[in-house]
Amino acid sequence: MFKLRSTILKDIRILTRDKLGLIFMFVMPIVLAIVITAVQNSTFEMLNTNTVPMLLCNRDTGEAGKQMEMAITKVGMFDLKQVMPNVTDKEIAERMHAKDAVIAIIIPADFTQKIKLKAGQTAKKALKNFGMQTDSLLSTDSSNIQPITLLYHPVLQESFRHSIQGALKSSLQMVQNKEVLKSLYFSLNESALPDSLENDLMNNQIAINEIPISRDGSRNIPNASQHNVPAWTVFAMFFIVISLGGSVVREKLNGSFVRLKTLPTNYLVSLISKQLTYLFVTVVQAAVVFSIGIWLFPSMGLPKLNLPADITGVVIVTLICGWCAVSYAIMVGVFAKTQEQANGIGAVSIVLMAAVGGLLVPGFAMPESFQFVMKLSPLHWCLEAYYGLFLEGGKLKDVVLNILPLLGITFVIQLITLYGLKRKNLI
Amino acid sequence: MEYMSNAAVSIYNLGFTYPGQPVSCFSNLNLKVQEGERFGLFGPNGAGKTTLMNCMTGLLKFQEGNIQLLGHEIAHHKKSINRLFGFVPQDFSFYQELSPTENLAFFGAWSGLNKTEIKIKTEELLEVLGLADVHNKKVEQFSGGMKRRVNLAIGVMHDPRILFLDEPTVGVDVHTRHAIINYLKKLNENGTTLIYTSHQLSEAEELCNKVALIDDGKIIAHDMLQQLKQDHKEDGLEGLFLNLTGKSFRDS
Repeated sequence: MFKLRSTILKDIRILTRDKLGLIFMFVMPIVLAIVITAVQNSTFEMLNTNTVPMLLCNRDTGEAGKQMEMAITKVGMFDLKQVMPNVTDKEIAERMHAKDAVIAIIIPADFTQKIKLKAGQTAKKALKNFGMQTDSLLSTDSSNIQPITLLYHPVLQESFRHSIQGALKSSLQMVQNKEVLKSLYFSLNESALPDSLENDLMNNQIAINEIPISRDGSRNIPNASQHNVPAWTVFAMFFIVISLGGSVVREKLNGSFVRLKTLPTNYLVSLISKQLTYLFVTVVQAAVVFSIGIWLFPSMGLPKLNLPADITGVVIVTLICGWCAVSYAIMVGVFAKTQEQANGIGAVSIVLMAAVGGLLVPGFAMPESFQFVMKLSPLHWCLEAYYGLFLEGGKLKDVVLNILPLLGITFVIQLITLYGLKRKNLI
Repeated sequence: MEYMSNAAVSIYNLGFTYPGQPVSCFSNLNLKVQEGERFGLFGPNGAGKTTLMNCMTGLLKFQEGNIQLLGHEIAHHKKSINRLFGFVPQDFSFYQELSPTENLAFFGAWSGLNKTEIKIKTEELLEVLGLADVHNKKVEQFSGGMKRRVNLAIGVMHDPRILFLDEPTVGVDVHTRHAIINYLKKLNENGTTLIYTSHQLSEAEELCNKVALIDDGKIIAHDMLQQLKQDHKEDGLEGLFLNLTGKSFRDS
């Protein structure tokens, strides 16, 4: 026990004197958590507080064009800037290049005319299907209708573009439906659709009730902090490979290791000491990042991190994640021949495991072929366990199925490390 | 098997080949160092001095033969007999980020000393080796000579009965060399067997009373230094060395 205590003391002294290593271990996760949460939060806010700048050029003088304008305004996610109808497409593109807006919509000049034509055709088709007599169908091909043009800046991400497209399609559908309805009403009653009925039919949609399915029954909608803080804490824990992997290699390469091998103590004592010392570091890392999420984020205008009710669960998950991260770092250090190798292999492998583990892209969005690979990444199981607690409001028993694979992976890593030590005649 | 009680190191028919190498370093090598000797192992570069020392200290696993330290076979009792010897490698074998006191505390614990023994031994060694004034400074700030003294202090921390020294004075000034040699002589007077390699032949002549010359993995001479000089009609160790190993380069 005295040997282990002395070794832990030695490791702590060396660790606290490695300023660069400390920066890597503590400053990096804090910066990552703040930056990623801020970026994701601003994206979230942009979608929810009318701040997507959009140029709107309505070249149509009719009613449908105005209705389309109103429908877009009602979507509520755009900061509309009107553009005069005589402004050319090229000029609009130039304004977008000048970052005046990231999206522009051009409603064509004959929009109302063509919408009405199409609505009339649809109404007549419908009446004919009901067996009612109608005027002969107009022969105009609806494919001649000039489309609404959506210009977007190339910086706009695909997923974001799709959500905008969805909102526009919904607006367009509304305008079209209204015209079809008016046309049908006129064909049946030979009078215009009353406003009150139009409002009832068009604006009386059934509401969508959004409920996050939490295990504890709470209905708090998870914010960007709940997603990002645990994810980047896991990433930081595993990034300990830079400091710890390097430390194992340094010890192997410098003379102290030769001396250790000639002393009447097994090298395993050194490895146990490193595991305990750095496990403590990972727990402190998590505590620091979580504390920042709870106390510093609100003062920075970021959403507050809400700790789960099961604090014991958080502590146990943190300990197991930390142990896995430390085990992985030691394994890299045992097999690497130089410090550069340990740093390079360590950093790249962590980024890859984070990518396939669902830290960068959600796991459910990954192709099927990656689903198996994802399960091999320890970061995936760490993330799932944390999400079970932070997002789903679960308790320790709810994340046991995430913890068990993580313990299995840790056990395999430890065995590989022991094999490496044995093969290199280190134990 | 019974072994001679006064043999510090006994090597029988040692055979060693580095993994993947076609030629063996040693084959049927035999050597005996008696307790209390100041034994010097010399030879040209690449002759096998460091390899032999690494076999004796258990750092390298040999394929054939047997090595005993104070009657214990190192192949079978490796860790338990490590307490019997100390090793001062040629490289600085300690943590440069730590102070001499911190290094001695850590290596003392690994050598099997308890807290009190470590405290007493640390104070004694820092004083004797002139490191008391800098005992709390990080070793990375030290001169080469001071680092050599820290390296030596760690090796003798647990009062080993055999002390292996691989070029312990390389790169140090005259004062430090003088201090180290005097300290080693004092250790020997107190019963520690010294097994020493160096290219500093004048220093070796001052320290060693018995020598072995190794060349191409074979012991080509092994006797009391005076006797060897007399037999080969040489005045000093350098002349004896050149006489027995020739004058051509060995590591080219």
